[in-house]
Amino acid sequence: MSVAELLEGRHVCVCAGSGGVGKTTTAAAVAVGMAARGLKVAVLTIDPAKRLASSLGLEGLDNVERRIAPEVFAAHGLEMRGELWAMQLDAKRTWDDMIERRAPDAATRDAIFGNRIYQQLSTAVAGTTEYMAMERLYELHEEGRYDLLVLDTPPTRNALDFLDAPDRLSRFIDSRSLQFFLRPGIFGVKAFGRGTGLMLGMLKRVTGSDLLRDLSEFFGAFGDMAIGIRERAGRVNELMADPRTTFLLVTSPRRDAIDEAIFFRRRLRESGMPFGAAVVNRVHEGVHETANGDDVVDDLVALLGPKLGRRVAHNFSDYRRIGERDRENVARLAAELRGDPLLQVPLLDEDVHDLGGLAAVAAHLFAEEAVTA
Amino acid sequence: MPGLIDKRLVFVAGKGGVGRTTVAASVGLAAARRGKRTIVCEVARQERVSRAFKREGVGFEETELAPNLFAISIDPQRSLEQFLSDQVGSRRLAGLLFHNRVFEYLAAATPGLRELATIGKVWELAQLERRSRQTSPYDLVIVDLQATGHGLGALRTARTFGDVAHVGPVRRRADMIDSFIRDRERTGILAVALPEEMPVTETIEFAAALERHMGMAVDLTVMNSVLPERFSGADAEAIERVNGGHGAPPVAAALRTALTEQRRARAHRAQLRRLKGAVDGEVATLPYLFEPDLGLDEWERLSRELERRL
Repeated sequence: MSVAELLEGRHVCVCAGSGGVGKTTTAAAVAVGMAARGLKVAVLTIDPAKRLASSLGLEGLDNVERRIAPEVFAAHGLEMRGELWAMQLDAKRTWDDMIERRAPDAATRDAIFGNRIYQQLSTAVAGTTEYMAMERLYELHEEGRYDLLVLDTPPTRNALDFLDAPDRLSRFIDSRSLQFFLRPGIFGVKAFGRGTGLMLGMLKRVTGSDLLRDLSEFFGAFGDMAIGIRERAGRVNELMADPRTTFLLVTSPRRDAIDEAIFFRRRLRESGMPFGAAVVNRVHEGVHETANGDDVVDDLVALLGPKLGRRVAHNFSDYRRIGERDRENVARLAAELRGDPLLQVPLLDEDVHDLGGLAAVAAHLFAEEAVTA
Repeated sequence: MPGLIDKRLVFVAGKGGVGRTTVAASVGLAAARRGKRTIVCEVARQERVSRAFKREGVGFEETELAPNLFAISIDPQRSLEQFLSDQVGSRRLAGLLFHNRVFEYLAAATPGLRELATIGKVWELAQLERRSRQTSPYDLVIVDLQATGHGLGALRTARTFGDVAHVGPVRRRADMIDSFIRDRERTGILAVALPEEMPVTETIEFAAALERHMGMAVDLTVMNSVLPERFSGADAEAIERVNGGHGAPPVAAALRTALTEQRRARAHRAQLRRLKGAVDGEVATLPYLFEPDLGLDEWERLSRELERRL
């Protein structure tokens, strides 16, 4: 079985995992492979490495998807039967578009755009980028122009932050009740009992009244839009759990990355999210399963002389230990998967940072026997 | 300009997977060895440092792991609570405020408030005059800082907040934090890179963004996990000559592994040259260690490698 079979009939593929494990590469390689097989695919990335973007001819990407020219693939000897589109997510733009669409009139829209709280929202509220990635994914899904959408999730500290994003946004929107308390003139008025008056007095002392006024204004202008946005967050959550969606859990074979992947798998199971497979990148392979340097040192010395022969043997033992570690960690993850598929991509000789590298990764993911567990 | 280890606050920055925690812990060990009272702060609730010392669950408490070496895991919520109670001047009143629904809304709605409290706690740890008399000052505070996006998120927090709150005590505190962070006498930046195409590019971009947006510079760049040069070009040729001409699979695997090692080590040297050519400050290297997992022993080894450069 390969990734092609795993993704059969799926409309959305979310690549999740902790930072530095090759999520962007995996997302791009999956998209390239599926498009090569004849689908119309869009890949949504957050922060594509420059050389990767430029090798796809995608410099200066913005919040709108663009088609990658078929000649680019031909130049790398790839047969492209479908279409590959790509876009770089821009959280601020996605917010702005959402406000633009939902604001009841131009005055409200301008009031929101000019508010200092709003201006900091997309950059400073944890989880906003994650949520906006899902939001944009949802829009494209609704428009229905693609056979498959592949989402590269943001480089969060913790893979779980991604799943929490819609809740965080809802909490933020719920805080609009604040506006009720912060109406101009309420300070010092004991309309809400002594407790609240005291509270607001203290708040004002801590934050300064400017901040409170800005918040009040922001939520005032936000008004009824909040309800719509909240409903939408609920639908985004539903799309994540839809049977036509699937999660690829991306990891490296290092202990901490595997620990986090195991944690994430449990969390997906608890929240009923559809799971596709785990992808373990950069696995040390090709090292012999049973022999190590001591077993081959005599042969190597005979071939290469004593000095070089011993160094080659020593090097072999070192890599064998690392290969062993990778195998143990991957086995630990496999046990947690309880029979769900697990794919391994070996550590390649060259770094993956261009289309050639992506094609090499895709070759492993789409090999007939890619799924090993 | 004081050396990195003689500053009061050092941020160790880098993207996921580059070995930030390893470098932060190694710098901490080196500083503690020189007799500096040092604390390593983790902000992502992973507690890798204390775990390596078999002291899991240090949480938000400053805990001594070894002579002169402390650790803390900074929790945004607790940091915010502490900040509030300092502002209000009463723990009881602050507790009331903190558990009030309106405040909960405010904390959720104010962009960057929690992030400010987190960086504020780091700043507080670096002050000679701590918030309470029971706590002693540190000579050096090391922060294991996950860099995202342009890599500046946490460093810019105080400034961002300045744009949110015009006046008031929170704004004043934000300004104090911001000027401390941007004072090169007191605050240093250590960037961690890996000898591969994308991490090197990201490190170069991080240094440029730091300069552009904060007027700050990277004091030391550490190229982590550099493969040793085990085989020369001549060795590789000798191995190529015998490669493929014999039967035993393990021997063939050993030869292949040596050739791969040689190619990768050479690529690492090329990336190291690229990094050195593109960044202004000093570049130190740390060797790749052929160990299944890096723990305290390996950190000790690496801290001795780094020591000369600090």
